[in-house]
Amino acid sequence: MLEIFQYPFMQKALVAAVLISVACGVVGSYVVIKRIVSLSGAISHAAFGGVGMGYFLGVNPVLAAIPFSIVSAMAIGGVRQVAKISEDTAIGILWSVGMAIGVIFINLTPGYAPDLFSYLFGSILTVSNSDLLIMLVLDMIIVAVVYIFRREFLAVSFDEEFSSVTGVHALAIYLLLLALVALSVVVLIKAVGVILLIALFTIPAAIAKQYSYNIRNLMILATVIGIILTTTGLILSYIFDLASGATIVMVLAAAFAISYYLNG
Amino acid sequence: MSVEAVKIRNVDLKYDEQLVLDDICLDIDEKDFMAVIGPNGGGKSTLLKLILGILKPDSGEVQVFGRDPVKSRHLMGYLPQHVNFDPDFPINVFETVLTGRYHGLFKGYNAEDREAVLKVLDDMEMRDLKDRQISKLSGGQMQRVFIARAIVRDPKLLIMDEPMASIDPEMQSSFYNLMARLNEKMAIILVSHDVGAVSTHVDKIACLNRKLFYHGDVENSANGLEEIYHCPIELISHGIPHRILKDH
Ligand SMILES: Nc1ncnc2c1ncn2[C@@H]1O[C@H](COP(=O)(O)OP(=O)(O)OP(=O)(O)O)[C@@H](O)[C@H]1O
Ligand SMILES: [Mg+2]
Repeated sequence: MLEIFQYPFMQKALVAAVLISVACGVVGSYVVIKRIVSLSGAISHAAFGGVGMGYFLGVNPVLAAIPFSIVSAMAIGGVRQVAKISEDTAIGILWSVGMAIGVIFINLTPGYAPDLFSYLFGSILTVSNSDLLIMLVLDMIIVAVVYIFRREFLAVSFDEEFSSVTGVHALAIYLLLLALVALSVVVLIKAVGVILLIALFTIPAAIAKQYSYNIRNLMILATVIGIILTTTGLILSYIFDLASGATIVMVLAAAFAISYYLNG
Repeated sequence: MSVEAVKIRNVDLKYDEQLVLDDICLDIDEKDFMAVIGPNGGGKSTLLKLILGILKPDSGEVQVFGRDPVKSRHLMGYLPQHVNFDPDFPINVFETVLTGRYHGLFKGYNAEDREAVLKVLDDMEMRDLKDRQISKLSGGQMQRVFIARAIVRDPKLLIMDEPMASIDPEMQSSFYNLMARLNEKMAIILVSHDVGAVSTHVDKIACLNRKLFYHGDVENSANGLEEIYHCPIELISHGIPHRILKDH
């Protein structure tokens, strides 16, 4: 069975599985403990606007998604500071408006958008070397930022008000965290797609949280769980000739159910 | 030259259109130990957040050690009334208290910080549980951890919102002993509903119900208490039980 890893596309998919699992393990841990799952969902859907813009402007859609998702993340995180709009409402608006912008840009782009479907539902088997390079660079940025600001992220996630009293600039740290969510979305966008990627953000960290009482262990465990489960999904999708993104999500869901059952 | 710990002048504060604090003037000296007393919704927590710079007044002025509260934050320790966190947040007792020693960006915690944490955990009789995950504590144990987190940075002004919530009687008396010791080095403000217990330990009382009805010595606070609660309050002052209010 291991011979399937002789194919170059399968080797790339494996590397992609590791790279997305790092982003999900590290940032997903904060997403789960700070309870910003739906906010992250909004950022991921908003990123599709950037993908559409990339098509329209003729630049790599993954790169175009970077500024787009960061700006949406700042908009959702900052809205309660400047206007009387609840974060919840902002999430709902950005979620669909980002998608709508993406669709309109693609309408305006002459010709056919060939791999549009992969940005929606992911296609880990078609990631290119340049996609992998982008993912690697973003992963390194994410891990470095988390390492540098680990004290602040922990303090703000645990008790935002208290952290600000001790001198943490809580709003800036929160926005930085959302920017990391946006970058992670971009890491995942090609492999899993904007619609499915929230499962990768939440499930490995949610499983790992049942076994670790320390944030660093949580991140490491979530990353390892992510690697195992995405690889499993990848192999199953190959064997049964199913869509890779959807298969990975189903494997994650099954693993979550099993671990919940074993723990409960 | 000594500066006042807290100086509040003619402060109004509104939530939406509702006036929650009305023309508050309050002074707290460097060595004061003051209890803020008042009914639910009287604005006690709001007043503390104003002193901490978490909230800004709509009019009037708040100064802490002669400066804007935000600039004096490094001198303050804080126990919130409620802490909302994910029930299985991955953090243990020791790390929780350590966050109280935060020094600033790019500055890690050092050996001195870790020692300070162990020392306050001793004071709060929580050292044995230092590796326990925070959600695996009882309500009172959790409260002790948050008290430890407030005092661990050796503040000049200690602000505690209902520290005695869910604390057992034995810990209460050692808590007040600890406060008396800390009070030699710092000003303390605490909110409490237990007028009797508080009045035997603090030296000043502030009676707050939207307006500040009284602030000053415990001995003379009876009228202020009666005004905020709209009923006479039995006050036991400095260990000698005696009724301050005449019978009706
Ligand atoms: N975030 C908020 N938004 C709107 N109104 C608020 C908010 N926080 C408090 N209030 C209102 O302000 C008033 C004062 O609240 P505060 O929390 O300061 O009371 P408190 O004296 O601490 O009460 P308690 O004894 O119940 O803790 C209350 O009427 C409350 O309804
Ligand atoms: Mg209160």
